[in-house]
Amino acid sequence: MAVAFLLAILFITIIVVYLFLAHPWWFPAGASSIAATVDGHFKVAFLLVGILFVSGQLLLAASLLSSRQKRSQKNLTPSGNKPNLSGNWRLEALWTVGITCLFVWFNASGERLWSEITVRDLNAEKIEIEVTGTQFQWYFRYPGADGAFGRTDPQRWAKPDEGNPLGMDPNDDAGRDDIVSTTLMLPQGRDIDFTLKAFDVIHSMFIPAMRFKQDTVPGMIGHAHFRPTEAGSYEMVCSQLCGLGHYRMRATVKVVSEQDFKRWLNSMAQPKETTAQ
Amino acid sequence: MAQLDGTTEGNHGTIIYVSEDFPSTAQTKPLQALRRYIFSTDHKMIGLQYFFLSLAAVLVGSFLSLLMRIHLTWPDAALPIVGHIKPENYLAYLTMHGTLMVFFVLSTAPLSGFGNYFLPLQLGSSEMAFPRLNLLGFWITFLALLILLSAFFIPGGASLAGWTQYAPLSAIASSGPGQGQGTTLWLVSIGLFCIASVLGAINFITTTLKKRTVGMRLLRMPLPCWTWFVAAILSLLAFSVLLAATIMLLLDRTAGTGFFVPSGLLVNGKPVPQGGGSALLWQHLFWFFGHPEVYIAVLPGLGITSHLLSVFSRKPVFGYKAMVGAILAIGVLGFAVWGHHMFVSGMDPYASFAFSGLTTAIAVPSAIKTFNWIGTIWGGKLRFTTPMLFSLGFVSLFITGGLSGPLLAQPALDMYLHDTYFVVGHFHLIMAMAGLFAVFAGTHFWFPKMFGRMMNERLGAAHFWITFIGAYAIFLPMHFLGIAGHPRRYSDLTSVHYVAALAPVHRFITWAAIITIGAQFIFLLNLFWSMFRGAKAGVNPWGCSTLEWTLCSPPPGNGFGDRAPVVYHGPYEYGVSGATTDFLMQDASATS
Repeated sequence: MAVAFLLAILFITIIVVYLFLAHPWWFPAGASSIAATVDGHFKVAFLLVGILFVSGQLLLAASLLSSRQKRSQKNLTPSGNKPNLSGNWRLEALWTVGITCLFVWFNASGERLWSEITVRDLNAEKIEIEVTGTQFQWYFRYPGADGAFGRTDPQRWAKPDEGNPLGMDPNDDAGRDDIVSTTLMLPQGRDIDFTLKAFDVIHSMFIPAMRFKQDTVPGMIGHAHFRPTEAGSYEMVCSQLCGLGHYRMRATVKVVSEQDFKRWLNSMAQPKETTAQ
Repeated sequence: MAQLDGTTEGNHGTIIYVSEDFPSTAQTKPLQALRRYIFSTDHKMIGLQYFFLSLAAVLVGSFLSLLMRIHLTWPDAALPIVGHIKPENYLAYLTMHGTLMVFFVLSTAPLSGFGNYFLPLQLGSSEMAFPRLNLLGFWITFLALLILLSAFFIPGGASLAGWTQYAPLSAIASSGPGQGQGTTLWLVSIGLFCIASVLGAINFITTTLKKRTVGMRLLRMPLPCWTWFVAAILSLLAFSVLLAATIMLLLDRTAGTGFFVPSGLLVNGKPVPQGGGSALLWQHLFWFFGHPEVYIAVLPGLGITSHLLSVFSRKPVFGYKAMVGAILAIGVLGFAVWGHHMFVSGMDPYASFAFSGLTTAIAVPSAIKTFNWIGTIWGGKLRFTTPMLFSLGFVSLFITGGLSGPLLAQPALDMYLHDTYFVVGHFHLIMAMAGLFAVFAGTHFWFPKMFGRMMNERLGAAHFWITFIGAYAIFLPMHFLGIAGHPRRYSDLTSVHYVAALAPVHRFITWAAIITIGAQFIFLLNLFWSMFRGAKAGVNPWGCSTLEWTLCSPPPGNGFGDRAPVVYHGPYEYGVSGATTDFLMQDASATS
C-alpha cells in the first residue's frame, strides 16, 4: 500500500507540475499597463507555491518510505520505536521561522504591487467613463464635449425601451451631450478613470485581458482605473452572481487608436443631437 | 441494560461494560423506542442522529452537483424525473448544493456528529453538560433541513442567490425566480440552523471545561477534543453574528426595513421603496461568520487526522503542544481575515493591506500542522488501514488546497482570480474534499465503536482510491479554468467566447465527477452492509490509547456508568519504551 500511495502522489505531483509548465489553459495575453507586473508576480507566486507543493508532497511520500526501511534500523526501543519521536522543538522552531520569513517576504511584495495598482495617480489626460451594471446589461457613459456627466435617477427616469436605460434627467443640460454605449470603447495608451455604479443588484466588471476586476455596487459610487496598452477587441464579463442572466452579461471592449476613438465619439454624438429636438 | 462483565484487561485495570447489540429493537416497546431513538438525550444517539442527517444532506448535495455537471456539459439533455435543466434550476441547485454541504454536512458531521458521540467519551464523561439542550439542538437542525429542502417544492423554486446570499439580490423578491418564497425559506432555515449551532456550541464548550474526568488535564486531551472545543468557540461567536444578519435580511424582505437595501434602486423595472441600507454591510456580517465557518468545518478534520496518523503510525503525535498552539492560532486568526473575500467588493483598498497580511499569517500555523503530520508518520510502523489511507489523503489534499490560499490572499492576484473557478477549486480541495476525507476516516475509524462491527477494508480501500484520484481530477482542472478567467456560477457556457473555448476541460471534470460520485455507492454499501453483517468488533480493535476504547463496542447507554476513569497519561503514548504493549491506555494505572 505504501508503494501504491507513493506512486499516486508522484503521479499527481508530476501531472500538476507538467500542467503548470506546459499550461495549455492560461491567462489571456495582457493588454493593460499593469498586466506585465501582475503576470510577473503570478510567476513568482506559482514558483514559490510550486516549490512548497512539490516538496510537501514528496516529503509525505518519503515519510511512507522511511517506514518501510525502518525495520533494519538500529536504536530501537523494545516496542520497536526510535526514541524521542514525540517532537523536536529545534526543528519545529526552525521550520516556523523559515516559513514565516518566506511568507512575510511574499506578502510584502504582494502589498507593494497592490499599492501600485490602487493608487490613483492618473495623468491629466485621463478619460472619464461611467460604468453601470444592470440585470443583465452593461452600459458605458462618456461625458461628451462638456466633460461633465448629467444627473441620473433610475427610479424616476429610467426607460430602457425609450433609449434612457440609466435614467438620465432630461432637464439637466450637462447630460445632453452624454454618450451611452453598450460597447466599451477605449483609446490606446490613455489612463481611464472609471466611475462604477449599479442600481439593482451587485455586478462585477471583469476584463481578463486587462487583469482587472471590480464590483459595481448599488448605493455606492466606486472608482477604478487602468491603462489599456494593446489595441484589439476583448471580452468583459460579469463575475458576481446577479441573477438568472448572469452568464450572458457580457460586453465587448475595443481598444483603438486616439483618432479612431475621437471618430467613434463623434459618430455616437451625431444621431443623438438630431433626435434631441 | 448494561451489566458489568467484570473483565479487566492486562495491566490497564479497565472495566469493560457489555450492552446489547445496536440497533436492536426486538424487546423495546414503541414508547421506549421513541425515547431511545427519537427524543434521546444520550449524546451517542444524538451523535448518530447528526451523522445520519449529514449523510442524507450529502446525498442530496452530491446529487445536485451531479445535475449541475450534467447541465454544464449536456445543456439540452432531458433527464428522467428532473427533466430539462433550465438556468434557474441550475442556480437553485448551486445555492442548495452549497448550503447543504457547508451547513448540514461540513459543519454537522465532523463537529455535531463525531463530536457529540466522542467528545464526552474521550474526556471520560458519560454525558454532555446539557443533554436536553442537545436534544433540542438536533431537532432544530432537523427542522432547518426540512425547511431548506421544502423550497424545491414551492412556486418559483429554491433561492438562486448562492449560499452567500449577497444583498440586495437576496433582499428583493423581484430580482429573480426563487428570490421570493425560496429565499425566505432559506433565511428561516439558516436562522434556525444558527440557533441550533449556538446551543451545540455552548454544550461543547461547557462539556470540555467541566466534564473532564480526574486527571484529564487540558494538555492530556486528545487532539480531536481540542479541535471540537475551538470549533465550538468559533461556532458560538460566528453563528450568533449570522443569526443577527439573517434576521435583518428577513426583516428587509418581509417588514420593509432597509438594512441591506440602498436608496434609489430600480429592480426589474420597479422602484424599490425601502432604502438607506448598505449592500456591503451584508458581506461584512456574512463573512465575519463565513470565514470562521471554514475553520469550524475543517478544524475537527485537522484533529481527527492528527489523531489517526498517530494511531496508525504507532507513534506519538509529533509536537503535540505545537499542534495545540496551531489550533488556537488558527481559531484566533480565523476571526480577523474575513475581508479577503471582499478585495474587489468596493471595500476601501487600504483595508485590503491588513486583511492580506493577516490571511497570509494563517499559512504559518497551517504549515506547522503539515510539518508535524509528516513528523508523526516519519519512521513509524505504518498500518495502511482505510482510516489511515483517508488521513494520508487528507494531508495531501490539505497541502494542495492550502497552498493556493496565499495566492488568493494577495489583493493584486485575487483581483484576477476572485469569483473564478480557481476559487471553486481552492475551497473544494481544502474545505470540501479535505473535510470529507476526515469524515470518511473518522467513519471507518469509529465505526466499530459506534456500531460494534468493523467496516470492510477492501471496499474501504477501493472507495479511497477512486475518491482520492477523483478529487484531484475534478478540482485541479478548475484551477486552470480560473487562470483562464472563467467566472463561477455560470449556468450556460456558450455566451462568452473564451468560456465556450474551455468546454473540453468541463467535459473532463464532468466525467471525473460522475465516476467519483458513483464510487460513493461503494461507501454506502460498505456502511450499511457492515452495520448488520460486518465482523464483530472487540473493545479496542485498532489498539488505541484514548478512553472511548475502554468501553465495549458499542458503549452502554450510561457510558462509564458510575466508574469514571482516572487518567494518568497523555493521549498519544504509542511505542513508549519499557511498555509491554506498544501503547499505554490513558487510564492505565501502571507507571512507566
